[in-house]
Amino acid sequence: MSRTLTFEIFRYNPMDPDSKPHMQTYELDEYDSMTLFIALNRIREEQDPTLQFDFCCRAGICGACAMVINGRPGLACTTQTVKLPKKITLHPLPVFKLIGDLSVDTGTWFQNVNEKIESWIHTQKEFDPKAIEERMENALANEIFELDRCIQCGCCIAACGTARMREDFLGAYSINRLARFYIDPRDERSDQEFYDIIGSDQGVFGCLGLLGCEDVCPKEIPLIDQLGMMRRKMALRSLRQGKCS
Amino acid sequence: MEIIYTDVLCIGAGLAGERVAIEAASAGFETICLSIVPPRRSHSAAAQGGMQASLGNSVMGEGDNSDVHFEDTVKGSDWGADQEVARIFADTAPIVMRELAHWGVPWNRVEAGKDFYFKGGKKFEKEEKKEKHGLITARAFGGTAKWRTCYTADGTGHAVLYTVDNKATEMGVKMHDRTQAEILIHDGVNCYGAVARCLKTGKLRAYIAKATLIATGGYGRIYKATTNAVICDGGGQAICLDTGIIPMGNPEAVQFHPTGTVPTDILVTEGCRGDGGTLLDVNEYRFMPDYEPDKQELASRDVVSRRMTQHMNKGLGVKSPYGDHLWLDIRHLGEKHITTKLREVYDICTQFLGVNPITGLIPVRPTQHYSMGGIRTDKDGAVYGLKGLFAAGEAACWDMHGFNRLGGNSLAETVVAGKVIGEKVVEFLKGTEVKFSTSSIDDAVSKIQERIKNLENGKNGNENALDIRNAMQEIMMQDVGIFRNEKDLKDGVDKLLVLADRAKRIKLHSSVKGCNPEMTLALRVPGMLKLALCTAYGALMRTESRGAHTREDYPERNDRDWLNRTLAYCEEGKDLPVLKYEDPTPVYELPPGHRGYGEDLTIPADMSKLNIIKKPSN
Ligand SMILES: Cc1cc2nc3c(=O)[nH]c(=O)nc-3n(C[C@H](O)[C@H](O)[C@H](O)COP(=O)(O)OP(=O)(O)OC[C@H]3O[C@@H](n4cnc5c(N)ncnc54)[C@H](O)[C@@H]3O)c2cc1C
Repeated sequence: MSRTLTFEIFRYNPMDPDSKPHMQTYELDEYDSMTLFIALNRIREEQDPTLQFDFCCRAGICGACAMVINGRPGLACTTQTVKLPKKITLHPLPVFKLIGDLSVDTGTWFQNVNEKIESWIHTQKEFDPKAIEERMENALANEIFELDRCIQCGCCIAACGTARMREDFLGAYSINRLARFYIDPRDERSDQEFYDIIGSDQGVFGCLGLLGCEDVCPKEIPLIDQLGMMRRKMALRSLRQGKCS
Repeated sequence: MEIIYTDVLCIGAGLAGERVAIEAASAGFETICLSIVPPRRSHSAAAQGGMQASLGNSVMGEGDNSDVHFEDTVKGSDWGADQEVARIFADTAPIVMRELAHWGVPWNRVEAGKDFYFKGGKKFEKEEKKEKHGLITARAFGGTAKWRTCYTADGTGHAVLYTVDNKATEMGVKMHDRTQAEILIHDGVNCYGAVARCLKTGKLRAYIAKATLIATGGYGRIYKATTNAVICDGGGQAICLDTGIIPMGNPEAVQFHPTGTVPTDILVTEGCRGDGGTLLDVNEYRFMPDYEPDKQELASRDVVSRRMTQHMNKGLGVKSPYGDHLWLDIRHLGEKHITTKLREVYDICTQFLGVNPITGLIPVRPTQHYSMGGIRTDKDGAVYGLKGLFAAGEAACWDMHGFNRLGGNSLAETVVAGKVIGEKVVEFLKGTEVKFSTSSIDDAVSKIQERIKNLENGKNGNENALDIRNAMQEIMMQDVGIFRNEKDLKDGVDKLLVLADRAKRIKLHSSVKGCNPEMTLALRVPGMLKLALCTAYGALMRTESRGAHTREDYPERNDRDWLNRTLAYCEEGKDLPVLKYEDPTPVYELPPGHRGYGEDLTIPADMSKLNIIKKPSN
């Protein structure tokens, strides 16, 4: 039996002084293999051209379409409606600046954080176009790629108790990203330099251990392991520093 | 209105745009990238399989070098490529791959010792050499003589784009995301930047630049079934065509990928077949060896897509509510291989298709995938028609792909072209004094303001943008698909002309303060129609079959009459595009011949008239 789905969708247009945050209801007949990508586009095409949301790759790869789906952050394009109850409630991700309805500004947030944590390989070596590449163990390449798989969808930030309380918290995203550089021998940053970026309450010591981040990561990146690893390294460092000074 | 001045404006922040931006910023020039989405969500991130460079580290790539890569590329292009460009590309690709490694890409590496690989469902053993241990490895892709495709598991585009974006951030390139270029600023001779619309506020902003780059990717969304992202709507190509003086090169050259999944059209990578996956029909019979005994599933994409369609036309496809399809079988690769090296594929199958590829078959059929055609440039990336304007990546027709591009060659093109053309942009900036013309800024601004006003007021009529776009996408599928013929193409062109006329009368049916999503679409539709018309009309007039362009009524590759490149212009006041033709290449390092796969039905060229040269000795 095909179901009729009821969507409760958060509406608010910050560009319009008359707009007030409210929930709006839409109904839609469900069909085979329907995802929230298909459903939201149908609502916009058939019922309400003003509804704002973001999609790009629609294949779970680019991270554009994260939203809060029945209370839980996730990617809309990979969410099949059959796996949801008949009533589907959609909110924009918290923490990020709202653009309108379900659309939030993750771009600016991640750009700022990437600049802050200097998310790039730091090396003194010049690239030599004539030389062959430096060698690397394949297992290490895989390990780095594993942490590099993050798609900056923002789910981990939206699910994070600390990030919702303090604006300057760097979040699981940043810790994982730095862990990626930490294990990469091409990055010449010292422990001290990593410590200076995340060895504080803004970084690894701000986490309350609620584990929301890893639960919602659509790429199933072991965020808690990375946090633990970086925490241990950073704690050791602060211990050593304590002894020295 | 806000006006922003910069040295370089890169319209597009995928791999091509960012790689050019890095080159310009490294030379000390102020550089801004525009992008519809945050740069890391650009469609380059979706490329799974890998990128080609003849490093020759894997034992299966032994003996590879840029000559072999060059030959594969030109054969793949069915001799449509500019051979000077293909040469620059093949020679530079290995350097760029190593540079990416230096910047942080976690390329998969050679592991010395014995291990297994699959070819066409059978298991073989290979032994990787000790002295190559730890160097960048490669996998097999279609249409290549050697294993040449460098990869990071099946997230190559993602890993490379993130690394390049990191580098761009380090170099201080400014990213203006959610910003869509709507019109070029130019005076008929020079280009001075673009006017863009902010997708957060709906406001217009003028970007005045000494050099402008178009790197807006492909335009697959003129088709209904495409593997491309929803933002791949040809905005960059459209603003060039809009000038009337910039041509599209080979718009009729459209690639269909053999393994788009059914029904979502999401791609599963060629790596599946490269790693030994096979294609099966309704009887679970492996049919490709019957058509292509030598290359089998790994012939070039145009050939495999045609063979699949041919086979389905014989009634041997699998029937489904979404139309006929075939099966892709990777079960024999085993759980470990599938969940590590083909993990994205595993995710796509389980999440979108409800199929577990370790135990089940994947429903696939040929799906629009890549635009070989693009804004025509010379070998320095300079766009025909306007000075100070460059193009790179899938948006451009540089032209190393001719009528068919090889898997793995397009990601590689983005970064190779980015480096080469970036250097040319820097040369241009150093060598030229640019004087901005205020009247051309005013011109562009008032044109786009008027367009917006007309859409809001419905000055010209009451048409719905969405209906027109949907109708266009259907026409392209039906009349300008894999197999083409005069009747369908004529029909398609006629129907598109009617739509183009209706598109002049679009009216918005909603009103929103700030950024109205309906406006965003309405602004795109006329440009998409121009691209669709160039594609359909170019295909109608090209009475031969070459690469991906397949005419049922003209099955031969006709080197005698059609060894050329189409240049399509949209001139003011004319409904049909104006087509001109030019030689595909100034020199022939590799004279036209048989590709080594597909049928050979060539009407030969008069070789004495071609400028055939020996390989330039290095
Ligand atoms: C699913 C899939 C898998 C693929 N896999 C492979 C592979 O394995 N190997 C391979 O070699 N190739 C592959 N390709 C092809 C390859 O990924 C693309 O050709 C390549 O990434 C294009 O890069 P680009 O920089 O030219 O454009 P893109 O990465 O598409 O970037 C375009 C940029 O332009 C911006 N833009 C567009 N219009 C405007 C506008 N009007 N104003 C402002 N900005 C604009 C976008 O926001 C984006 O930033 C694949 C393609 C697809 C669709």
